[in-house]
Amino acid sequence: MTVRRLAEKQPASFEFTAENKAWAEKEIAKYPQGRQASAVIPLLWRAQAQNDYWVTKPAIEKIAEMLGMPYIRVLEIATFYSMFNLEPVGRHFIQLCGTTPCELRGANAIKDVCRSRIGDQRHVTPDGNFSWLEVECLGACCNAPMVQINDDYYEDLTPENFNKLLDDLAAGRPVQKGSQVGRISSEPEPAKGDTLLDPALYDGSVVGAWRKRFDESMAAAAAAEKK
Amino acid sequence: MLADRDRIFTNLYGFQSPGLKAAQMRGAWDGTKHLLDRGKDWIISEMKASGLRGRGGAGFPTGLKWSFMPKPDPARPSYLVVNADESEPGTCKDREIMRNDPHLLVEGCMIASFAMGAHACYIYVRGEYIHERERLQAAVDEAYEAKLIGKDNVHGWPFDLYVHHGAGAYICGEETALLESLEGKKGMPRMKPPFPANMGLYGCPTTVNNVESIAVAPTILRRGASWFSSFGAPNNVGTKLFCVSGHVNTPCNVEEAMSIPFRELIDRHCGGIRGGWDNLLAVIPGGSSVRCVPAEQIIDCPMDFDSLSKLKSGLGTAAVIVMDKSTDIIRAIARLSYFYKHESCGQCTPCREGTGWMWRVMERMVEGRAQKREIDMLLDVSKQIEGHTICALGDAAAWPIQGLITHFRGEIEKRIDQYAANPHSDPVRIAAE
Repeated sequence: MTVRRLAEKQPASFEFTAENKAWAEKEIAKYPQGRQASAVIPLLWRAQAQNDYWVTKPAIEKIAEMLGMPYIRVLEIATFYSMFNLEPVGRHFIQLCGTTPCELRGANAIKDVCRSRIGDQRHVTPDGNFSWLEVECLGACCNAPMVQINDDYYEDLTPENFNKLLDDLAAGRPVQKGSQVGRISSEPEPAKGDTLLDPALYDGSVVGAWRKRFDESMAAAAAAEKK
Repeated sequence: MLADRDRIFTNLYGFQSPGLKAAQMRGAWDGTKHLLDRGKDWIISEMKASGLRGRGGAGFPTGLKWSFMPKPDPARPSYLVVNADESEPGTCKDREIMRNDPHLLVEGCMIASFAMGAHACYIYVRGEYIHERERLQAAVDEAYEAKLIGKDNVHGWPFDLYVHHGAGAYICGEETALLESLEGKKGMPRMKPPFPANMGLYGCPTTVNNVESIAVAPTILRRGASWFSSFGAPNNVGTKLFCVSGHVNTPCNVEEAMSIPFRELIDRHCGGIRGGWDNLLAVIPGGSSVRCVPAEQIIDCPMDFDSLSKLKSGLGTAAVIVMDKSTDIIRAIARLSYFYKHESCGQCTPCREGTGWMWRVMERMVEGRAQKREIDMLLDVSKQIEGHTICALGDAAAWPIQGLITHFRGEIEKRIDQYAANPHSDPVRIAAE
């Protein structure tokens, strides 16, 4: 449990863009009649994305009206789920995984970089570029330590490549998403391991290869039943 | 080592395309109609015979779970809900399935829904997996386009598949909390009974399965229950994705046969322990919620449900967190205590208050700023939380601490002695956050 409250300074109103409104209607249609409340998380999420990555009180009220829910129910959702930011964040909002698997591989050194370059958690740098937050396991443990910046994961970090990443982001240069040491996903580095190398897996020869055994065993079972 | 031809997730690392064409070359959507033609009962009995145990942590037999669904009733449609809210610290396998082999999951949803008489399925993806969700949605769109799923599809079973997402709450991985969240509420677990098979999503019969359990189903049915059950020890059969993280030379996800000895798993795929086998301190073998196991007990232990529960730990999600001797084990477990304190939904008092209390005591124990009698008090409190909450989060918060005290009590006492002898040894003291 953490204490999460709405920001003191709130904008006057919130309106979805036409595009997002159309998207919201489609989203609501995914759920059965009368169950439109199911769309509350996706809608809040879209509202956050539209509003510089934070959720405002007018947005909460707007969504409650769209879904026919009492305001308090949507406020509950916004405060319960930790991915909804309730106050302004930096243009590059860094969520740093600090849970044990990342900590074991050096998340604390990454945290020190954040502290020295950005300041305390939740603090937005004066140029509005960065703010950071320590979050719980982001589910990329084989690529630890890692951070999520806005929508993207940045993995296999070291203080050096993380500093460079922040430099590049601040300067608006293009950056490499995902692994920062050239891994494709969570394969073993650097040799890529010795699994999944058999070309027969990929040339289409597996297609239908099971059919003979399958049909024979089905026929055998049917014959046994007849007896 | 498991042979490549016996691997189910042949695009685990994303070396190939996740798209439909490439997935079909790898054998996905191959003869799905042929499987469905065998009928529901055959599918369920084959799943039972395969011995597949749920891959989400609890290890409940998947075929048996499917058989619990009541007969279809037009007033109360059945649902399949796939739990892709992968948040257990150490676990990162479903992510690879969703972004690299999504068609195995989509096909599995179709087959499982057919077997349970469900015409609709929701996949609940954790909020942080934004690109994984997009990849999965792309695969779903492709499947609709190719008429593999949808109201009017080539398989003759009207079926709609929806991708839903959360917004950062570990508790939503608990099946009833997930259903609450999917209904647009706070993710607070429900009392059971009634079980989801009777009263699940929107009050209708629902089965909740882990991504991996669903994604392996098509291949099991194609290649046969006896093929799947030929791997591993009895009652712990099949292949399994292991997520090895922490102090190994090459952390990775890998699909291996169940019951592979720990040493072989690490030496084969992870380049050994950092600094060699003598440097191994302890292992958390199944995600943060299971008790840690000290080096000498785990080294030759088969990695499966039964062998690990004999060590009072568990296979959980097969998220193997390896710690070498440089690890401050008390700090590592205290960080997990913080995790549970952060993720408790606040519904049950023992968990809401207890996780915070345990974390604060653990923080003092990291420094050694505690009394030795408090170790037993901590153990006692953890036992008061365990089993006294609606869901298993209370248990999950208690077990890592219990494991620490069982195996590393000496370490905690040593820390207390050090602090007592020289309470001001630390030049820089950082206050607990």
